[in-house]
Amino acid sequence: MSVLVYINSNSGLHKSALETVSYGKKLGGNLTVITSGSADDSSLATLGKYGANKVLVDRSIQGNDDQQLTQLIASAADSVGATTIIFSHDLTAKAVAPRLSVRLKAGLISGAIELPAADGTVKVNVFSGKAFGSVKVNSSVKIISLLPNSFQPEENGNNCAVESFSSNASSSLIKVLSTKKPEGEIPLPEAELVVSAGRGMKGPENWGMVEDLATALGAATACSRPVADIGWRPHHEHVGQTGVAIRPNLYIAIGISGAIQHLAGVNGSKVIVVINTDAEAPFFKAADYGILGDAFEVLPRLTEAVKKFKVSGQ
Amino acid sequence: MKILVCISKSPDTTSKIAFVDQNTKFDENGVQYIINPYDEWYALVRALEIKETLGGDVTVITVGPIADDAIIRKALAIGADDAVRIDADPTDAYYTAVQIAEYAKSNNFDLVLTGKETINYNGSQVAGMIAESLNMPFVSLASKLDVNGSTLTLEREIVGGLQVVEVSLPAVVSCAKGMAEQRIPNMRGIMAARTKPLQVVAPVSVELLTTYVNYTMPNAKSSCKMIDPMNMDELVALLHNEAKVI
Ligand SMILES: Cc1cc2nc3c(=O)[nH]c(=O)nc-3n(C[C@H](O)[C@H](O)[C@H](O)COP(=O)(O)OP(=O)(O)OC[C@H]3O[C@@H](n4cnc5c(N)ncnc54)[C@H](O)[C@@H]3O)c2cc1C
Repeated sequence: MSVLVYINSNSGLHKSALETVSYGKKLGGNLTVITSGSADDSSLATLGKYGANKVLVDRSIQGNDDQQLTQLIASAADSVGATTIIFSHDLTAKAVAPRLSVRLKAGLISGAIELPAADGTVKVNVFSGKAFGSVKVNSSVKIISLLPNSFQPEENGNNCAVESFSSNASSSLIKVLSTKKPEGEIPLPEAELVVSAGRGMKGPENWGMVEDLATALGAATACSRPVADIGWRPHHEHVGQTGVAIRPNLYIAIGISGAIQHLAGVNGSKVIVVINTDAEAPFFKAADYGILGDAFEVLPRLTEAVKKFKVSGQ
Repeated sequence: MKILVCISKSPDTTSKIAFVDQNTKFDENGVQYIINPYDEWYALVRALEIKETLGGDVTVITVGPIADDAIIRKALAIGADDAVRIDADPTDAYYTAVQIAEYAKSNNFDLVLTGKETINYNGSQVAGMIAESLNMPFVSLASKLDVNGSTLTLEREIVGGLQVVEVSLPAVVSCAKGMAEQRIPNMRGIMAARTKPLQVVAPVSVELLTTYVNYTMPNAKSSCKMIDPMNMDELVALLHNEAKVI
């Protein structure tokens, strides 16, 4: 058995990279990591601690071109005789994994949330998180795209070798004109803690309170759909069935009613806290902890309590 | 400009999700089907806007049984010129993508649009698979699309940021929020849709790469613990000691 893990190392090693390598390790067999870009050897070598036997890197490929990355991963899969290929189910995987599936005629499991079961099936989110499906791959090579925050990285080995690899990918057909990277923001799909607010916040001018709580916790911010639609918050913060689906450890919902379409995208969260003035708000039924109260009064109090906790450490 | 818009049906977002036959099949009882919102709101409407400014044709295609003619008629009512239904169950993403790619190959489309994912299987697989089958560049999760002659300028989300890219036609693009606004079909559109051409095409034979074996439902939450709004120290303590998330 040979496992190949593709990681995106363009901006350092993300937690999702450690998750996929640790996941691949659990499958057993020889584990090779394939990556591109400019990450240096010494940081790539640390992937050995999470289970990689070897890291292959093609520095001639920069960026995230889907055809180049498909060629890169296909040739690495060929060279190591990979039987399972693993991605983190992020925006790069969503573009590249389907292409690779066709190229290799290898069945693709998108959004895996667990290791394969004894019968080889893998559990995935379906119906935007309202249910789970168990998927079986019928081809000899399989591709698994692992949902971020579904698997804990495990560190217990040593550094591994890093070798350069050439995939002879042809030049990109997609010309990049510009790239904007928001500074210092935690990408929502990867965030462990999320503070989210809805129409109950009354207007964009009141989001300072929401951001204060997020900053105190070290959390990412999110919002309900109408809030993004009216332009109070950017579209990429919209979570739910027609927005981003997330599964953080903690989801704090402030002034959000908990409509079925909103719950679909967040009910995979480990713990849900709901702050709402309406005792009948459906969100309370999906919550672990509820606060029946006015967000404008509760939020500053909660932020203070978090700050106090951070200082005292307990 | 010839544009192909791939549409999929999905259960109405308020549908109760349940399974039958020992949890091996989605329970369609009482389920109302809609056009997958990403396909309708963004891919289809943007295609129509392009046609309205530059001319051309918008064809919608779906892989599905005869019951899906209802969602196809809705797409025609919104403004598509004609429709194709590949007469087969869309059993897995690969099967579906190959059917669409086979049709596209013999009909020379300049642009193939899809939604960014379906809201039932959430795979984000079909568009990339079509692109690979047609050997075309693929721009995923585009939130803006402009046409200048034979070049597209697009804005798309990438890991940790936003990118502006340019690509030559033909190309495949998956469409996300921001690209267009939902359109409600009017009476004239609904009437016109009745007589617009809907071609039914037999599927090609394709092996299934994946199979959904069965389904499960998430465990229901046990009851919600209510916290005194005056006592946020208690909440923080519970999150730390009991839930262990901070
Ligand atoms: C096809 C379709 C897809 C959809 N997809 C999504 C999706 O992906 N994501 C999504 O979020 N929605 C989605 N929706 C919309 C969804 O149905 C709800 O309309 C939406 O989630 C409601 O947003 P909200 O909770 O912010 O606002 P509201 O429903 O208006 O709720 C506001 C809440 O704030 C509370 N509140 C008011 N004042 C205060 C206060 N001072 N302090 C505390 N609480 C207060 C109120 O009690 C209420 O519960 C979709 C709808 C459709 C039809």
